[in-house]
Amino acid sequence: MSVTDIPGVHIEQELGADRTMILNMGPQHPSTHGVLRLVVEVDGETIVRIMPDIGYLHTGIEKTTEAKFYQQVVPLTDRIDYLCPMTNNLTYCLAVEKLLGMEIPKRAQWIRVMMNEITRINSHLVWLGTHAMDIGALTVFLYCFREREDILRLFEMVSGQRMMTSYFRIGGLALDLPLNFLERVKKFADRFPSNVDQYENLLTNNPIFVRRLKGVGYISPEDAIALGTTGPTLRACGIDIDLRRDAPYSGYENFKFNVPTSTVGDVYARYLVRVQELRESIGIVQQCLEGMPEAGPIKADAPKIVLPDREKMKTQMESLIYHFKIITEGFTVPPGEVYQAVESPRGEMGYYIVSDGTAKPYRVHMRSPSFANLQALPAMCEGRLIADVVAAIGSIDIVLGDCDR
Amino acid sequence: MALAPAVTELEQLKDKPEVAALLGWNADAVDGAKFDRNELTIWIKRDFILEACKFLRDHAELRFNLLADVTCVDWLPSEPRFEVVYHLFSITRKARLRLKVRLAGDDTRISSVISVWPSCNFFEREVFDLFGIQFEGHPFMKRIMMPEDWKGHPLRKDYPVEGYR
Repeated sequence: MSVTDIPGVHIEQELGADRTMILNMGPQHPSTHGVLRLVVEVDGETIVRIMPDIGYLHTGIEKTTEAKFYQQVVPLTDRIDYLCPMTNNLTYCLAVEKLLGMEIPKRAQWIRVMMNEITRINSHLVWLGTHAMDIGALTVFLYCFREREDILRLFEMVSGQRMMTSYFRIGGLALDLPLNFLERVKKFADRFPSNVDQYENLLTNNPIFVRRLKGVGYISPEDAIALGTTGPTLRACGIDIDLRRDAPYSGYENFKFNVPTSTVGDVYARYLVRVQELRESIGIVQQCLEGMPEAGPIKADAPKIVLPDREKMKTQMESLIYHFKIITEGFTVPPGEVYQAVESPRGEMGYYIVSDGTAKPYRVHMRSPSFANLQALPAMCEGRLIADVVAAIGSIDIVLGDCDR
Repeated sequence: MALAPAVTELEQLKDKPEVAALLGWNADAVDGAKFDRNELTIWIKRDFILEACKFLRDHAELRFNLLADVTCVDWLPSEPRFEVVYHLFSITRKARLRLKVRLAGDDTRISSVISVWPSCNFFEREVFDLFGIQFEGHPFMKRIMMPEDWKGHPLRKDYPVEGYR
């Protein structure tokens, strides 16, 4: 592939070639999943070139982190990818823990894995609902959001927040699980596979849905790797890579799960891969419930880094001092740099953190999967019909908050 | 778990296949290496970055076929001021490698690696936008996050967090 052949690299604003016209799609468009603007050059109904224009949601989180203490960055990470807040929390916490050389108690790790998989289901449900709605299948949207509501209630139980959870903290968790929480998760996990059957009954063999998706938005495995896609988009091209299995973190090596792949590489393949992932995720949640370590510490034993329990803080002088010090001065992190990658629902979520030995991160860079995957959109769309753009956008599952940061 | 001290001597890192391969290919191109917290970093001299990337991608054993990330760190006030950071990933070997290039504050030009990995298109544009690094050979070096008429590069350390008022 030579430089000028790379899809989406540039688009000339010339209308002189009298067959083509420039069509502006977005940024305010219901099926672009946020504020994505596409500049599309069309020849009749066929797309000649397409260029994504992003940055409408750029909030400068990377700059903001440089002025915050390490523990103050956790709530910012929720707001990057608002559909999988816990995955972002997890990536950031793992990266800082790696910088500190810190070990996390087993119970905290298992709760993290469980919540992370519930978050993946949450994110995939929003994707499935909105993607099907873009295609014209409205019913599934309502069913998906019914189950998502259950998940948001679980989040609320565990963290007090429905979306911006900030439940994972550096060194462990904010709080232990509330009473009856595991029973609630168990009920949900037992019921959920039949819900997935319900979605699949409506979609997988639905002739309208299938004909709308099959063969649309094809990308070859070579292009998918060259354009930097990860996650389900890459797995649907036949590349068998999943960081949970291939570079385990947070105790994922203790769980058994399959990595769904497909070799077709079109929108329908990505749909099948993600629906299979729903089933695999709920399997991991079941394994967490079965093997969840009984009551034990949920925070690492590092009083200078992890906030003390409320009870201890009110009764012990030392804990009160540590609490005061962490809140007012933060904690220092030994100099160095780490890159921690996690398999988020969209692909490889990576945090690159540079520490200069002070209490504030010197540099935090988020490698967001939406940003990288969006580069593959032109390759999926060019030379094909304009009506299929919406299907292709839905199939790479971008979140613009994640994309623009 | 206590942190093991970082290994920064190039001599001690010769058993790493990435370091050995790069030294065998062109010892002048390598500007140093570091092994810290289980992550390997290799510094490449600016003029060799494009060839080094091509070499690492096409090497029969290393096969770093996915460019995961490109970013930059501003070390103001020390010189060389900027470090451009590449995170490479090998899908076949499931291995990671970090490449770094040091850039002086008054000469922020570097060759684009877009001919090796098209995926650096957005990443290089982002680094240009937020740090002002000029990637030579990139066909569309325009701002991506900030508005086109924006002044300054926000992630530089001399840019105030509140922005210019």
